[in-house]
Amino acid sequence: MAGDMKYKRVAYYPGCALEGSGHAYNRSTKAVGKALGLDLVEVENWNCCGAMEVKNIDPKIQTYLSARTLGTTEEMGFDTVMAPCNGCYHNLKKAEYDLGHDPASVEVNDRLATKAGHRPYKAGKVETIHALDWIKHSIGEDGIRERVKNSLKGVKIANYYGCMYTRPRHIFPEKDQGPGTESTAKPHFMDDILAAAGAENVDFPLKTACCGGAHTLSDSDTSTKLVLNILTAAEACGAEVIATECPTCHTGLEMHQVRAEKVLGKKTNIKILYFTQLLGMALGLSARKVGVNENFSDARPLLKEKGLG
Amino acid sequence: MPIHEKSLIRPEKLVEHEELVIEGMDVSGHWSTFIEGRSVPDYNETLQEEIAALPGGENIHRCWQCGSCTNACTVNALNPDFNPRYWIYLIRMGMEEELLRDKDIIWQCVSCNKCTYACPRDVVPEQVMKATSHWLELKGHTPKSPSMIFDEAFSEQVFERGKIEDGLVLREFFKRTGQPVTQPWLVALVSGLVKRFPVFYLMKLGLATVFRPRTRGWGKARDAIEEYVHECEERNRRAVGLGTKGAK
Repeated sequence: MAGDMKYKRVAYYPGCALEGSGHAYNRSTKAVGKALGLDLVEVENWNCCGAMEVKNIDPKIQTYLSARTLGTTEEMGFDTVMAPCNGCYHNLKKAEYDLGHDPASVEVNDRLATKAGHRPYKAGKVETIHALDWIKHSIGEDGIRERVKNSLKGVKIANYYGCMYTRPRHIFPEKDQGPGTESTAKPHFMDDILAAAGAENVDFPLKTACCGGAHTLSDSDTSTKLVLNILTAAEACGAEVIATECPTCHTGLEMHQVRAEKVLGKKTNIKILYFTQLLGMALGLSARKVGVNENFSDARPLLKEKGLG
Repeated sequence: MPIHEKSLIRPEKLVEHEELVIEGMDVSGHWSTFIEGRSVPDYNETLQEEIAALPGGENIHRCWQCGSCTNACTVNALNPDFNPRYWIYLIRMGMEEELLRDKDIIWQCVSCNKCTYACPRDVVPEQVMKATSHWLELKGHTPKSPSMIFDEAFSEQVFERGKIEDGLVLREFFKRTGQPVTQPWLVALVSGLVKRFPVFYLMKLGLATVFRPRTRGWGKARDAIEEYVHECEERNRRAVGLGTKGAK
């Protein structure tokens, strides 16, 4: 619930994407945390969560990789780890579920951890939350409204959550639990946060559509078509900006926006920004501070027009 | 989108004679159109067993053919031939030849998990698609799919150093699939970015190519994972009735 003290200081798991192509998300998340007075302590010597790719080699290796990070979090004395990347968030949640429900996964995890020379992680010790949960539960809408210095008034936003924030349902036991919790069918945490920052959210039906991120390079034509769907639908809904909360979705939308123009000759003008970038600017941070110049889609003219950053 | 059913009449089953006279009646052209019967000459009775033994295929027996997966499917909306429900049906019936008609598109599943979300029986169709494309590759019905090449290039980096560097994954993927990295759209993308001169970002990317990100003290984890990967390979080959690697 809003004002929850236990999320004021959490372990932070950025993941590989936020050190590379999603650098702007990393910067803006940290900057927003600082501006809101929330403490992030990076998980020491973390490793890749396994992403989608390792799961396709063997799902149990992905479970081990994610469990190692959960174990490190526990050893650092934290009971909550915050992952801003949908892929990391999903995988840590999945590892937690598998270790709690599947003895075969526990056996492989124990074996690999022992051979790798560290204590195997046991289910139920660490809670994984997304950057959206982190802000929504610790600061809440009222808290944001109090702190807004530069309202997002007049910015029309389509909130895009992607696949891994809500699917598959069984690994997110805390969702769909009635008022105040997140919905897997129609997620709304990002809408709530940005609305509190003054933005005008449009009714966007493709919130949880797929951007084809898994095949961004291996089946680019499919990805381009899926992304073009999302971009044109958002424009048709009257949005000027798509707010994202996943580095893979974000980069996918940006890359295939350019690819759609080059390959299919379909140009879209909508800008793509991380929700932390928008929130950061509402909290009075400069566009440069939240890494707007690191995005592929150049939102600076639009932001200037709206008097932001 | 409604459930897509395959047309039961296939072009190659339609037979027509350009000139044909039967008992003094001229039935040339359309008048002699005949549809050859479909018959299944052979069933592969172990097909379901083999796919169920690969990681992800475990729950295939639960399917009751409601079609929720195909109805929810992202790829099906782009390509009506992409039909998870139908493929699960074929696998369960052992109709290998029918399944092989679609062998070149099964890997295109984007793992959006809409099917898994919709499935009332916990079949986890997304995982079944992965197990099926894995089966096709193991059996030699298809070459290694671009998706598998990407997964391998990515995973090798994770296993080796504990972390990935996305620029390196991209370069490695293009190299392994024989494509130039200088794709016009990629060039446009990068040059657009550089114009805005994101100092920190460029520095970070530059450094990452020299000092590749890695998890400290990863050696033992790497050895443990590699040993397990080898074990998985052997297990998968046994599951589909192949001998150990190299001893075909």
